[in-house]
Amino acid sequence: MSGDVLINSLFVFMLAGFIGFEVIKRVSPLLHTPLMSLTNALDAIAVVGAIALAGGRESKMATILGTIAVVAAFSNVVSGFLITDRMLRMFKSSRPQK
Amino acid sequence: MTMTLPGFNWLEVVYLVATALFILSLKWLSAPTTARRGVLAGEIGMALAIGGTLFERGIIDYQWIAIGLVLGAIIGVPLGLVQMTAVPQRTAISHAFGACCVTLVGTAEFYLRTPNVPKFMMSVLSLEVILGGLTFTGSLMAAGKLQEVKFIPQRPVTYKGQNFVNLATLAVAAGIAVALVLNPGHVILFPIMVGISLLFGVMLIVPIGGADMPTVISLLNSYAGLSAAAMGFVLNSKLLIVAGALDGSSGFILSVIMSKAMNRSFTNVLFGAFGQVQTSAAAAGEARTVRSATPEEAAGILAAANKVVIIPGYGMAVAQAQHKVRELYDALTKKGVDVRFGIHPVAGRMPGHMNVLLAEADIPYDRLLEMDDINSDIPQTDVALVIGANDVTNPAARTDTSSPIYGMPILDVDKARTVMVIKRSMNPGFAGIDNPLYYLDRTLMLFGDAKGFVGDIVRELSGGSQH
Repeated sequence: MSGDVLINSLFVFMLAGFIGFEVIKRVSPLLHTPLMSLTNALDAIAVVGAIALAGGRESKMATILGTIAVVAAFSNVVSGFLITDRMLRMFKSSRPQK
Repeated sequence: MTMTLPGFNWLEVVYLVATALFILSLKWLSAPTTARRGVLAGEIGMALAIGGTLFERGIIDYQWIAIGLVLGAIIGVPLGLVQMTAVPQRTAISHAFGACCVTLVGTAEFYLRTPNVPKFMMSVLSLEVILGGLTFTGSLMAAGKLQEVKFIPQRPVTYKGQNFVNLATLAVAAGIAVALVLNPGHVILFPIMVGISLLFGVMLIVPIGGADMPTVISLLNSYAGLSAAAMGFVLNSKLLIVAGALDGSSGFILSVIMSKAMNRSFTNVLFGAFGQVQTSAAAAGEARTVRSATPEEAAGILAAANKVVIIPGYGMAVAQAQHKVRELYDALTKKGVDVRFGIHPVAGRMPGHMNVLLAEADIPYDRLLEMDDINSDIPQTDVALVIGANDVTNPAARTDTSSPIYGMPILDVDKARTVMVIKRSMNPGFAGIDNPLYYLDRTLMLFGDAKGFVGDIVRELSGGSQH
């Protein structure tokens, strides 16, 4: 990892952190549970790293660990989006919908 | 392993689009009216990123990836279909899975790169597996406690010097990390470091009791996000850094909200010293009188009210009373009573827990009010009905400086004209703190199971409307 790559990564991390604060601060407490399950599903994007490992044929261990990691992360992708949508469908307003 | 992609590359463009969709996804989640669009944006971003990776990244073998994806879907579907009362456990499990993935990838990366790991890379890699490891076992423990698994003690287990032992354990892991940064060739140190972080995760959750779960789950959420961001640094994946940073800041914000709602300082939470239960000298047994009422009497008072505020707590979830509460809401609304709900931020076992249960029972979300919004209205309220909540309504938090919960923001139910509390018995709540609310002249205790008692009130209300 060269210095340039590191600085780039730190820039991205810092900006994403600020965006995260600003965006998530606005989420109504009503939706804090779906917020947690949705960020969890998005976080499971780690699956792309696991996929590269499981399919990279770099070493036996990398393949095994990568495959288990794919299972763990992809189950989060599936269950996270599924349950978030189920929860959000339940939130109904008593006022007529526009 | 060649994770860095040279120059301009269409896969990077796909990741860029996915990143934008992830941010939009959280932005749209801010209001119930646009929230489902947010889920869709997240799903599209995820599908693009996974699809792009499968097509492009120097992948040689698809066989193991396919097995992993199929198994993941097989595990994921039932976890996505759990009952709403089991959502806190599911959330803890998903933190554990996320952390498991990160730890395994980090471990594999270390063995592929050792002994030529640059110092910075090794630092981030250590951070990744330490955070991942402790989040993995910590979340499993939290899930076990929430699910009330037999061999995991429900009650907080504390001992003298616990904080010191915990911090010392973490310090050992950090020390090993430093040794690895200085010499990544000490391969044997790596599994020891991972092992200690796994152990630390267990030790971190052992002193935690149920009422602290909202804070702990948020904190584990934050750790899971940060470990994923660290993985993004290692793999030089901006998409992963962004997703991890979003998850990390979300967990962080929720932890701050939760710790404020419990009047604990944030450093207190960070150092895991938040499980200590004050055993307040088993409330000197002076016999104070309480007034109790039957379902019939309670129904009469509720029917005569103009404004009713219902305060739900974890007890409502345990008794699965939310659907009966909805029937009560319907019966009272039909009689022209204005019924609203006052939700304390830490009611239940995770942030927003009560809102999800009440929404599941089809109660419109505009009837669910946050603590600060409802408190100013409570003095004009005829009846405050407390169902399975205790500490969040305890006026001692406002007045009694010697109380362990002094300073914690509460729902001011004692200011309502009449207070009704549904409770199994006079046993003190989780924190073992006596609640002066129960001895007020205006308070009526409704002894019984939340579901049964609310059901009885509903029956009285609908019977009474016939004549």
